[in-house]
Amino acid sequence: MSYIARRLMRAILLLLGVSALCFLFTEMAPGSFFDEMRLNPQISPATIAALRSRYGLDQPLVVRYERWIKAALHADLGHSIAYNTPVAPLLWSRAKNTLLLSTTALFLTWLISVPLGLWTGARPGGQVDRLVTLVSSLLISVPELVIAMALLAIAVRWHFLRVGGMMSADFGDLSAWEKLSDLLLHLALPVFILVLCETAVIVRHVRASVLEVLQARYVQAALGYGTSRTRLLVRHVLPVAANPAISLLGFSLAGLLSGSLMVEVVCGWPGLGPLILEATLARDLYLVIGGIMFSALFMVGGNLVADAMLFALDPRIRGEGNGADGH
Amino acid sequence: MGIKTSILLAALAFSHLILLFAGFFAPCDPTTQDRELPYAPPTHLRFRDASGFHLRPFVYAWTSSSAGEQSDDYQENYREDRSREFPLQFCVRGASYKVLGVFKTDVHLFGTTEPGKLSLLGTDSYGRDEFSRLLFGGQISVAAGIAATAIALLVGSIFGLIAGYYGGWTDESLMGVTELFLSLPWLYFLLGVRAFLPLHLSTVRTFFLLTGVIGLIGWARPARLVRGLVLSLRHRNYVLSARGFGGSDFYIVRRHILPEIAGVLLTQASLLIPRYIAAEVTLSFFGLGVNEPAPTWGNMLSTLQQYSVLVSYGWLLAPAAALVVTSVLYSSLADAIHRG
Repeated sequence: MSYIARRLMRAILLLLGVSALCFLFTEMAPGSFFDEMRLNPQISPATIAALRSRYGLDQPLVVRYERWIKAALHADLGHSIAYNTPVAPLLWSRAKNTLLLSTTALFLTWLISVPLGLWTGARPGGQVDRLVTLVSSLLISVPELVIAMALLAIAVRWHFLRVGGMMSADFGDLSAWEKLSDLLLHLALPVFILVLCETAVIVRHVRASVLEVLQARYVQAALGYGTSRTRLLVRHVLPVAANPAISLLGFSLAGLLSGSLMVEVVCGWPGLGPLILEATLARDLYLVIGGIMFSALFMVGGNLVADAMLFALDPRIRGEGNGADGH
Repeated sequence: MGIKTSILLAALAFSHLILLFAGFFAPCDPTTQDRELPYAPPTHLRFRDASGFHLRPFVYAWTSSSAGEQSDDYQENYREDRSREFPLQFCVRGASYKVLGVFKTDVHLFGTTEPGKLSLLGTDSYGRDEFSRLLFGGQISVAAGIAATAIALLVGSIFGLIAGYYGGWTDESLMGVTELFLSLPWLYFLLGVRAFLPLHLSTVRTFFLLTGVIGLIGWARPARLVRGLVLSLRHRNYVLSARGFGGSDFYIVRRHILPEIAGVLLTQASLLIPRYIAAEVTLSFFGLGVNEPAPTWGNMLSTLQQYSVLVSYGWLLAPAAALVVTSVLYSSLADAIHRG
C-alpha cells in the first residue's frame, strides 16, 4: 500500500506547491481590484482601506497564505470581490459543467484511441496506419484554437448542432427526454473538438507502445506457439502496452483541461473557463486562485486514478510495493 | 541536411522575411480606419473588362448601397463600381512606415491609386485592410513565439544543466519544481499569472510581459529534456577524461556538453515556437494580450467570438489560416530535423 500512500503524499505536496506559487505571483502583482475604485472620487480612501482589510489584502504574504490554507482545509477558498460571494460554491457550480465536458471527452478519446492504436500498431505501414499517422500529425500541428473555430463556424453556418451555452432558451418547458437530447446536442460540439485534438496525441502514444511490446521475446514466443493474432493482441500485448498509456492518462489531463478552457470560451460552454477568464479580466484575486486550485485538483485526482489503475493492473508495481520506476 | 529540411527552411525564411518587412509588402497602414467600408469583401483582381483583356490587373472600388436599403448582411451591401478602373501598380507611394523600425519611407511593393482601394483579404469591422493587418499582426505574434521560446530554452537548459550535472539533492529539488510546472494545465496557469499583471499597457510592454510569462511557464519541459541528456553525458569517457585532466566544470559544460545538446535544443525550438505563437494568439484572442489598435493574429480573431461575424465574413479567418501555415511549417521542420 506504500505505493498509493507515496502517490497521495506527492499529490498533497503538489497542491501545496501550486497554491504557494499562486500567492507568490499575487505578491509580485503591481495592480489590484481596488485600483479602479481608488480613481472614483465618491469612494473615500478609508472605505477602500476597510475593504482591503476585510479581504485580508493589507496583511503580509505569509500571514495571508497561512490564513488561506487554514480556510481551504475547511473548503473555504476565500471571497470573490466582483461577485461578492464565497468562491468555492461559485466555482463548484461551474466546475460540474467542466467535469461533464472533460470526462465525456476523456472517455470517448480513450474509447477511440486504444482500438485505433492497437490496430495501427499491429499493422505498421498499412493503409489505416498511414492514414491515421497523416491525420494525427496534421491535427497535432494545427493549434486547437483554430480547430475549434473552424468546427464552430461549420456548425453555426450549416446549423449542425446547437451552439452557445449548455441549454436552449426554452429549456424549462421541455420534457425530460427533450431536456436530455437538448443537453447532448449542446455538448456534442465542444466534446467533438476536444476528442479530435486529444485522440491525435493519444493514438500515437498507444501505437508506439504497442509497437514496442510487439518486439518483446514473449510475444515472439506466443506467436511461435501458434496463438491467434487477435488473442495475441488482446491477451498478451494490450495489458503490457496499457501501462505507459495509463501513465499518459495523468499527463494528458493537463492538455485536456487547457483545451477544455479554450473550447468552453469559444463555444460558450458555462464551465470554469469563462468564469476564470472573467475573473482574470476583473482581477478577482481569490476567484482566480480558486480556479487554478480546482484545475490542479482535477489534475491530481486524475493522476491518482491513473496510479490506482496501474496498481490494480500491473503486478510488477504491486509486487515491488514501490512504483518509483512505474513509468 | 536533407532536401526536405532545406525546402522547409527556405519557406520559413521567406515567410518571416515578408513579416519582417511587412510595411513594404502591405499596401495600407494597419491602423487606418475607413468608416465607409466596414466588412468589405476582398477586392477581386481583374484582367478583363468591356474593352477586352489587360495584362496589368486592375480593381474596381466598392460602393456601399444607400442607407435606405442597407441590410444586416454587410456582404450584400457592396457592389463593384464598374465606371472606373484602378490598375495595380508596383512600388507605389502610400502610407509612410518605418523599415525595421529605423528608416522612414513610403514605398510599397504594390498598391493602387486613390480613391481605389486594394484589400486582398477584405476589411474588418473598422474598415481596416485585413491583409496589411495580417502582415503587421504576424510580426508581433511570430516574434512573441520566437522570443518566448528563447526564454524557455535558456532558462530550461540552465536549470537542466545544473540538475543533470550536479545531481543529488540539487537535481531532486529542481526536478520537483519542474514537475509542479508540468503537472498544471498551462492555459489555467497562463491566465492565472496574467491575472496578477496589469491589463492595459503599451504594446511594447505587453509584448515583453507576454513573452516573459509564456517563456517562464514553458521552461520545465526543455529543462527535463536537457537534464536527462546531461545525466547520461556526464558519465561518458571523454567527459571523465577531461575531468581527469583537470578541466573545470565550466570548461566541460562549454566544450563537451553544450555541443551535444545543441541539436536537441534546435528540435525543441522548432516544436515550441508554433506552440508559443498559438499561446500568444490564444491570450490575445481572450483579450489578455496586445490591445487594439495594434494588430496581432489573436486580437484580429477575437472579433469572431460573435457567431454572426464568424459565419458572415469568412475572410476574417485569414489569421487562423496564417497560423496554421506557420505551425505546419515549423512542426514539419522539427520532424525533418528529428529524422536527420
